[in-house]
Amino acid sequence: MKNQDLYNYILGIADNSLILGQRLGELCGHGPNLETDIALTNIALDLFGQTRSYYQYAARIAGDGKTEDDVAMLRVERDYKNVLLVEQPNTHFGHVIARQYLFDVFHLLLMTELQNSKDETLAAVARKGIKEVSYHQRFSGDWLKRLGDGTEESRTKMQEAIDHFWPYTAELFDTTESDQKMIKSGIGVDVSLLKESYYKEVTETLEEATLDVPENPYFKKGGKQGIHTEHMGFLLTELQYMQRTYPNMSW
Amino acid sequence: MSEKEVKNMEEIFEARIARDEKIEPKDWMPEKYRKTHIRQISQHAHSEVVGMLPEGNWITRAPSLRRKAALLAKVQDEAGHGLYLYSATETLGISREELYDQLHSGKAKYSSIFNYPSITWADIGAIGWLVDGAAIINQVALCGTSFGPYARAMVRICKEESFHQRQGYEIMLTLCNGTPEQKEMAQDALNRWWWPSLMMFGPRDEDSPHTAQSMKWKLKRKTNDELRQQFVDQTVPQADILGITIPDPDMTYNPETGHYEFGEIDWDEFWQVVKGHGPCNKERMEARVGAWERGSWVREAAMSYAEKQEKKKIAKAS
Repeated sequence: MKNQDLYNYILGIADNSLILGQRLGELCGHGPNLETDIALTNIALDLFGQTRSYYQYAARIAGDGKTEDDVAMLRVERDYKNVLLVEQPNTHFGHVIARQYLFDVFHLLLMTELQNSKDETLAAVARKGIKEVSYHQRFSGDWLKRLGDGTEESRTKMQEAIDHFWPYTAELFDTTESDQKMIKSGIGVDVSLLKESYYKEVTETLEEATLDVPENPYFKKGGKQGIHTEHMGFLLTELQYMQRTYPNMSW
Repeated sequence: MSEKEVKNMEEIFEARIARDEKIEPKDWMPEKYRKTHIRQISQHAHSEVVGMLPEGNWITRAPSLRRKAALLAKVQDEAGHGLYLYSATETLGISREELYDQLHSGKAKYSSIFNYPSITWADIGAIGWLVDGAAIINQVALCGTSFGPYARAMVRICKEESFHQRQGYEIMLTLCNGTPEQKEMAQDALNRWWWPSLMMFGPRDEDSPHTAQSMKWKLKRKTNDELRQQFVDQTVPQADILGITIPDPDMTYNPETGHYEFGEIDWDEFWQVVKGHGPCNKERMEARVGAWERGSWVREAAMSYAEKQEKKKIAKAS
C-alpha cells in the first residue's frame, strides 16, 4: 500500500470509535432509565458516524475495491489499533461512565488539534465531530459528578471504576511509528503533547466529583500495537459474525 | 358530586365525544374512561420499551456499519416513543414508577409479538416490515382517538414508524435480491413472523371484551378484524414483490370483495403467549426487571446529587 502510514494512522483513530461504539451498542435497552438509554445510544451513533467517515477514507487508500465494512470488520484481532481502555466491558453503569469520560476528554483534545491537520479529509471529520464529542464529554462528566457526589454507594462504585480504568489512560498518549511519521508531515496530532491538559482536566472533574485521583503509577498498554486484552476477541466475534459467516454478500 | 351531577357530566362528556372533540387531561372524564386509557396507553408504552429488546439483540451483530447505525437509531426511536407515551399516561394521574411496577409485576401487558425471538438478521427486516407495518395500521387508526395527548403522540409516532417499516422492507428486499442463502433467510423470517403479526390485532371481534366500549369512546375507530384484514390486503402484494411466499396455504384473493381470504389463526398459541408462556416472555421480563434493578443505585445517586445541588444553591442565595 502506498500510504501505509496514513492508513495505519486513520485506523488508530477510527478503531477507538468503532470499539467504544460497539460496547455502547450492547447497552441499548438495558440502561438505568430511558433517558440515559437514549443519550448513550446517541453517543454510539455519533461514534459510528465518525468511524464510517474514517473507514471510507481508509478503504479508498487501501484500494482493491475494499469497502468501509471490509476495513471495519474483516481484520484479525492483532490488526485492530484501538487503545485497551475502549474495549473494556460494561461491568456496571459506573464503569460505563468512567470509561466514557476518560476517553471523551482525550477525544475532545485530539479532535480540537486534528482540525488543523494538513489532511483535508481528517480535518473535515474533526470539524464535524467536535460538537458531538464536546457533548459526550459534558454528558459523561456530569454523570461522573452525579455518581461521585451522589450517595455513599454510588461514590464507592464510581471510585472503584475510576481506579479500575486509571491504568489504561497512559496509553492514550503513546505514538506508533506510523503516528510519528504522520506527525512529522503535519497530518497527525502529537498526542504526547496532550497529556498535561488531559490530566489537568480529569483531576479537576474528579475533585468536583469528590473522588480521589488514583496514585497508581503502573499503567497498561498494548492496544496500539494490536496486543489486546482477553475481552477483545469476544467483542470482535459479535462484530464480525455476519461478515465472517456470510462472506462477500451485500446487506 | 351527587349521582345526578355525575350523570349530567357524563352526558356532557358523551356529547363531546360524539362531536369529535378532543378530551384533555384537565377535563372532567368518567373514571372508567381514565382507567381504560391508563391501561391502553401504558400498554402501548410498555410495548415500545420491551420491543427494544428483540431488535437490540442484533445491534452488536448487524452485518454492516450502515445497518448497525440505522438499527441503533431505530431502537432509540422506540425509547423515545416509550418516553412520550409514558408522559401521556402520566397526565391521567399515575406516576412512571407505578407504571413500571405494573409492567414488572406482570399486572400490565405489552404486545405479545415481542415474546418471539429474533434469531437471524432477516428477523430485523421482518420485524420492520411486518410488525411495524401492523403497528402502523393500529396506530393510524388511533390518530383520531378522543384523548388529546394520546392522539397527538400517535401522529408523531406514526411518522417515525412508517420510516421504520420502509427500512425493514428494504432489508428484506436486499436479502431477496441477494444470494439464495440470503433469500432463504428472508423466507424463514417471514414463515416465523407472519402468524404472530396477524395476532397483533388481538382476538376476533366476537372474543374481544373491550371493543364495544372502546369504539363508543372512539378509543378504537376500527375493530380488530377490520384492521387485520387491512394488514393482509396490504402485505400480500408486498410479499409478491419480494418473491417470497406467505406461509398460509388457504390464502386466496376474492375478486368480488377485493380482499384476501386467509386461513385460521392458531388461537391456542395466541392465548398461550398472552398468558405468559410464549418463547421469550420470561426472558423479556428478566431483561426489563434486571435493567431496572441494576439501575436503582444510579437513579438514587442522581436524586441525591440533585438535592445537594439544590441545597447549595439555597445556601448561596441566603
